[in-house]
Amino acid sequence: MSREFILHRVRTALGRSAAQAPPPAPEVELRIRELPLKQRIEIFSAALEKLGGRTCVAGSAEEARTYAARLVEGKRAVASNAPLLADCGLTSLPGVQSGFSNALELRRALETADVGITGADYALAETGSLVLLASASEARLISLLPPVHLAVVSKERLLAGLDELVTLLPDPAAATSALVIITGPSRTADIEQILVRGVHGPREVHVLLI
Amino acid sequence: MSPSPLVQIRQTLADPGLQAAIYSSTGRLVEKRRQAVSESDPAEFERWREQAREIKKHTLENLDYYLERLEERLTARGVKVLWAKDGGEVTDFVLRLARERNARLIVKSKSMTTEEIHLTDRLQEAGLEALETDLGEYIVQLAGQRPSHIVAPALHLTRYQIGDLFHERLGVEREVVPEKQTLIARRTLREKFLAADIGITGANFLVAEAGLVVVVENEGNARLSSSIPRVHIVIAGIEKLIPRTSDLAIFLKLLGRSATGQPLTVYTSLLGGPRLAGELDGPEEVYLVLLDNGRTRLLADRAKRQSLYCIRCGACLNHCPVYRKIGGHSYPWVYSGPIGAIITPQFHGLLEDAWLPYASSLCGACAEVCPVKIDIPQILLDLRWESVKAKVREGSNRLERWAFGVWAWVMCHPRLYELASLFSSAITTSEGDGWLKSVPAPFNAGPIRNWLSQRDLPPPPAKTFRQLWRERRGRGLS
Amino acid sequence: MPVRVSLFVTCIVDQLFPKIGLAMADVLERAGCRVDFPEDQTCCGQPAYNSGYRREAAQVARHFLRVFESADYVVVPSGSCTSMITHHYEDLFQKDPEWAERARRLAPRVWEFSQFLLEVLKIDDVGAHLNKVVTYHDSCHALRELKIQDGPRRLLKKVRGLELREMDTAGECCGFGGTFSVKLPEISGAMLQVKLASILRTGAQAVVSVDASCLMQIRGALSRAGVPVQTLHLAEVLASR
Repeated sequence: MSREFILHRVRTALGRSAAQAPPPAPEVELRIRELPLKQRIEIFSAALEKLGGRTCVAGSAEEARTYAARLVEGKRAVASNAPLLADCGLTSLPGVQSGFSNALELRRALETADVGITGADYALAETGSLVLLASASEARLISLLPPVHLAVVSKERLLAGLDELVTLLPDPAAATSALVIITGPSRTADIEQILVRGVHGPREVHVLLI
Repeated sequence: MSPSPLVQIRQTLADPGLQAAIYSSTGRLVEKRRQAVSESDPAEFERWREQAREIKKHTLENLDYYLERLEERLTARGVKVLWAKDGGEVTDFVLRLARERNARLIVKSKSMTTEEIHLTDRLQEAGLEALETDLGEYIVQLAGQRPSHIVAPALHLTRYQIGDLFHERLGVEREVVPEKQTLIARRTLREKFLAADIGITGANFLVAEAGLVVVVENEGNARLSSSIPRVHIVIAGIEKLIPRTSDLAIFLKLLGRSATGQPLTVYTSLLGGPRLAGELDGPEEVYLVLLDNGRTRLLADRAKRQSLYCIRCGACLNHCPVYRKIGGHSYPWVYSGPIGAIITPQFHGLLEDAWLPYASSLCGACAEVCPVKIDIPQILLDLRWESVKAKVREGSNRLERWAFGVWAWVMCHPRLYELASLFSSAITTSEGDGWLKSVPAPFNAGPIRNWLSQRDLPPPPAKTFRQLWRERRGRGLS
Repeated sequence: MPVRVSLFVTCIVDQLFPKIGLAMADVLERAGCRVDFPEDQTCCGQPAYNSGYRREAAQVARHFLRVFESADYVVVPSGSCTSMITHHYEDLFQKDPEWAERARRLAPRVWEFSQFLLEVLKIDDVGAHLNKVVTYHDSCHALRELKIQDGPRRLLKKVRGLELREMDTAGECCGFGGTFSVKLPEISGAMLQVKLASILRTGAQAVVSVDASCLMQIRGALSRAGVPVQTLHLAEVLASR
């Protein structure tokens, strides 16, 4: 296509020659707050709640299971293949389908699921965010198609914030085709600036910190 | 000024409903931004702005290098990178690919770049079903209108208008509750997402070293568009590049706060390419189309190159007292507000919409809030100067030029200047302090008539300052 | 040794609002300055610069520099004219190093009136007295280019008998913008109406600003609407006894 044409125009515009090395990029000031776990949890919960999400701090796998059970009672749920979910006994709850290895079957199940249950690779305290990397154990659509999203995260994966995440993962695409940072339920204010949740993505986000 | 922009401006100014919608929506966004900035540390926020500007400056000054790095990294992961010099090449490519893949249905998430090249219209003209999926864009598409704001496309429509629209175009019961309207759109579009052959998104940022396409949104439609269909096409201007993932942190922190007062938007996707082996969903093919469409021309202009730093946050629109009155539709191009005012003439030519750089009081509110510190007022001044020079070359605008020439000459000759002021006090017809509601012919023309159309004119005083000063000196008061 | 101040009253004050210039002179003299008025002064060149006529603006700017170069201090009752001189003259003389240098040398001695009082004379109380409820309008160039925001408010607070009420859009443009006001009068007028409504909501008897051009715009609308709210330049308030 127009590759050479465009590159040529760029170089001409800048007075640069092909393969000319650039000067070093400017310094970026990142700030990673040193926060004890307890504080991180508080900050995370407050941030998520502000967005209309819910946090549950589970002291045990049993507590986690109980919370999830209430959420999926009488509903259809799809869980990802994240090991943590099975470890907490979530995948054995009634109404929960998991262990999908067939994309088509997964999709079909998600079309009618009320709850999507996933793990999360990280959580970010400052913004109340979840970080999910797509993988064989974590399909993208489980956190997106059903109207309710429940994520189970290990407490030690709770980072201070975005700055810490980019420091830990400077090359996200080495590990996944898609890393998504989920900060609360799907929302819009496109109609008269009135806030509505659950436009295309989930309208409820629950995070179980374990 | 050609009649049509003025017509639209007048219509908008005369519509109280529209005025209220525009002013209150932008006002809300102004307040949200203010809150978000004060909640983070304002001094730190300033440092982020400074860093963001430096990063953009560096990247654009070395753009060829970063474009090649990006292409290298993405290609290594199976992304097909294409380069389009204009919208025609993009459209040709998408149509060709759609034919080759037997694609019928395309879902699109919000992208100013695709609006710039009228992609959706072209695809529909070619017989494809191409749907906007961002709620505001979807509504505007159904209505056959242009979006009126970068971040809030349907800000000019009321819930009643939307209710009518859905009833007419989707055949549903007339619904006026926003939550229910949103559910209607969700349901309708969900079906489309699941059936779509191709998903098209823009990109907010392209991270060169890490080879990432970054898409931010609040609704989830970009995630759906880039995850469900087998084919994902990303269309992005070449100016979207930033060097490193660490740079991304600065920009993400600025973008959400500047646009809607959110520390982060709901979904921030960092996409690296087609689904990896083992992954259960995600596209099988990913294409990135890098678009020039005139950007290289802006790049060549040292002083105005900073126009390309823009991260499309919309803050300048929200804070612009002109935009807040005339709304997005009064601008000639898809980019409105202050950023639109500076890039439109650079893309389309100075004389095309010659009034645009003058449609500003140069108040500077935009520059104050721009997250990448584009000096919009200065660029407007530069454009005005270039506009004057262009008109000189063209041979138009003679009267104004002559007037300023005379004005400058008088201003350089103090005695002439004093004479001129004697003349103006001679024409005053009011007694006392009263401001003038009108002036006698032949003075009620041109600028004076324009002034009087909106407000009263100050009566020239009986004596100018210098006359009074001389008298004061004479009385020994100084 | 009294401070020697040369007044640059600005063309709009000279021609239309001379009382502002006299008030400023009064305040400065009362504060112990020796005030002079270089008779050859005319304009700073801003109208031409803002309209894109840089050659013409440069002509006028050179005249300004010739008139004021030898001054100790130049004090100006306008934020926009001051910033034209101190921030934009260098732009005008980009291709003219000699004049750029002359502009650079003069710039530190050119002061907007309120900043001169506070930062050079270091006074915030000029002994003024005015029984009035006023609201303050932040003119754009003063606010954003010269960072004038707190200063005038401090000075106003020291005026005996004066009550200052903030309007909710103090920092928003009044819509003047020089030739903008007559090139795009409808937009200018629409912006002005927002400002007007804001002023009326304060119940103030007068609007104060450091720029006569803003005051002219605002007063024009007040007069058209038949509203008896006054406009006063900061200098006029500070000169009141």
